[in-house]
Amino acid sequence: MIVKQVSVFLENKSGRLNEVTQILGDAGINISAFTVADTSDFGVLRLIASDPDKACETLREKQFSVRTTDVILVKTANRPGALSQLLKVLHAEGAFIEYLYAFSMNDDTAVIVIRPTNLEKCSQILERHKGEFRGNSSK
Amino acid sequence: MIWNEKIECASRDEMTAIQSERLTQTVRRIYHNIPSYRAKMQEKGLVPSDIRSVEDLSKLPFTNKVDLRDNYPFDMFTVPMSEIVRVHASSGTTGKSTVVGYTRNDLQMWSEVVTRALCMAGVHKNDIVQVAYGYGLFTGGLGLHYGTENLGATVIPISGGNTKKQIQLMLDFGTSVIACTPSYALYLSEIMKEMGVDPESLKLRVGIFGAEPWSENMRREIETKLKLQAHDIYGLSEIVGPGVSCECSHQKGLHINEDHFVPEIIDPDTLEPLPVGELGELVFSTITKEGIPVIRYRTHDLTRLNYEKCTCGRTLVRMDKCTGRTDDMLIIRGVNVFPSQIENVLLEMSETEPHYLLIVERDGSLDVLKLLVEVQEQFLSDEIRELEKLRKKITANIHSSLGVSVDVKLVEPRTIERTAGKAKRVIDNRKF
Repeated sequence: MIVKQVSVFLENKSGRLNEVTQILGDAGINISAFTVADTSDFGVLRLIASDPDKACETLREKQFSVRTTDVILVKTANRPGALSQLLKVLHAEGAFIEYLYAFSMNDDTAVIVIRPTNLEKCSQILERHKGEFRGNSSK
Repeated sequence: MIWNEKIECASRDEMTAIQSERLTQTVRRIYHNIPSYRAKMQEKGLVPSDIRSVEDLSKLPFTNKVDLRDNYPFDMFTVPMSEIVRVHASSGTTGKSTVVGYTRNDLQMWSEVVTRALCMAGVHKNDIVQVAYGYGLFTGGLGLHYGTENLGATVIPISGGNTKKQIQLMLDFGTSVIACTPSYALYLSEIMKEMGVDPESLKLRVGIFGAEPWSENMRREIETKLKLQAHDIYGLSEIVGPGVSCECSHQKGLHINEDHFVPEIIDPDTLEPLPVGELGELVFSTITKEGIPVIRYRTHDLTRLNYEKCTCGRTLVRMDKCTGRTDDMLIIRGVNVFPSQIENVLLEMSETEPHYLLIVERDGSLDVLKLLVEVQEQFLSDEIRELEKLRKKITANIHSSLGVSVDVKLVEPRTIERTAGKAKRVIDNRKF
């Protein structure tokens, strides 16, 4: 599934992360995944929100630098080796990944967020191989 | 030793006579050869014959850096290019630097004034002089080089950088005089310490330091750390380069080679001459230069003049060490930097907007320039790699057009203060 990820440019200053989460919370936007990539000076906060467009709009109003990026959400089984299986497929098919992060939703499903270099190619590969890394309970 | 006693110890009357004769000739030459300056004189209703002595200097219009830029590259030269044997240029964005040209006589005069400066600092022909100023378009390296040769001392033309090698040569060659920027002198002492070289084991006895402002505190620090006597040398390419003035062993002001460069002090706001001894902007008129003579060139350096005879015997007028500027020019590790140049670089790049803040700090002995740049949303990437690439690109572009390294820091949009009036673009945290 392709979803819009919200990215926020942040300087490494204390309190900035909380400001973002508070703004989104006040606007009634739920965050289902959240990660920060950082260097010594700045970071990029990436999040999957219940309403990405509204999240962007709200943050922009508060003077944040925001953009959206299409990423792929893949469900895998929540068991040892599942992520490796997924990555093996992508590697074998020549899909290049810019970054990814993962979280588990419940006992038996994990969700992988992938930002591939080529979105379309990567989705097609995943579609073709979906049986190989999904657990029994996921659709 | 006084290199040219007749001139350097001349009476005030003798000096005034020399200056007056040379000034009137220079004004004539400029009037007839430089249309832009002639127009300025005509605006004031002046013809060359109105200038009869150096007393009339203040009637003449000023020359500004922008005049040299507007006449880029060679239109301010008063001789044909066949007479020009060398050019130098100050740092600047391409097409915006100021270019100066020297005739054979100019180079001879320049060597003479640098030789006088070296003698003021106590250098003699048995010395080994390590010139650690940059060689090239910058006037520092070649200026000191030819002055040293003219004196008959030995020159080590090592140029800037390569610090460990500098120290190794000091040890191996027995360098007795070092010429560089004062901040580099301190840096040398730090690296000596790292290398385990005791300054006492070196033969250094004189330092010729210039191209950037430095304080009495810094002088004491350099003198203690390098075990030498530190002298301030002053100059700017628009006038000739290093050697316009220099301190003698009494270190009570810099003797100006005023038979070639006539100084004035003006109020930078009213542009009126100030009484002798008052602090104001230093203005120079070159009265012997052939390639590119300038009349009443505004240096934007703040200082005061002292016409008393010095204990060393010289009567040449002295200027105080310059400690301030009347404009926003910064001197970073000896390189002149105008904030507007940084703005130009940012404007030329499509990814950035010219919202920036420059922070200058002194880290140990070296100037560090930090540049905060706002990242524009349309160029915001969610990939760190892309943002790092942007940061490196800004750093590289600034380095290639200004010749200084900056530490670029990307900041959030709209975090740099906007002001209705003159934007605060520079924070200088250095203590001079």
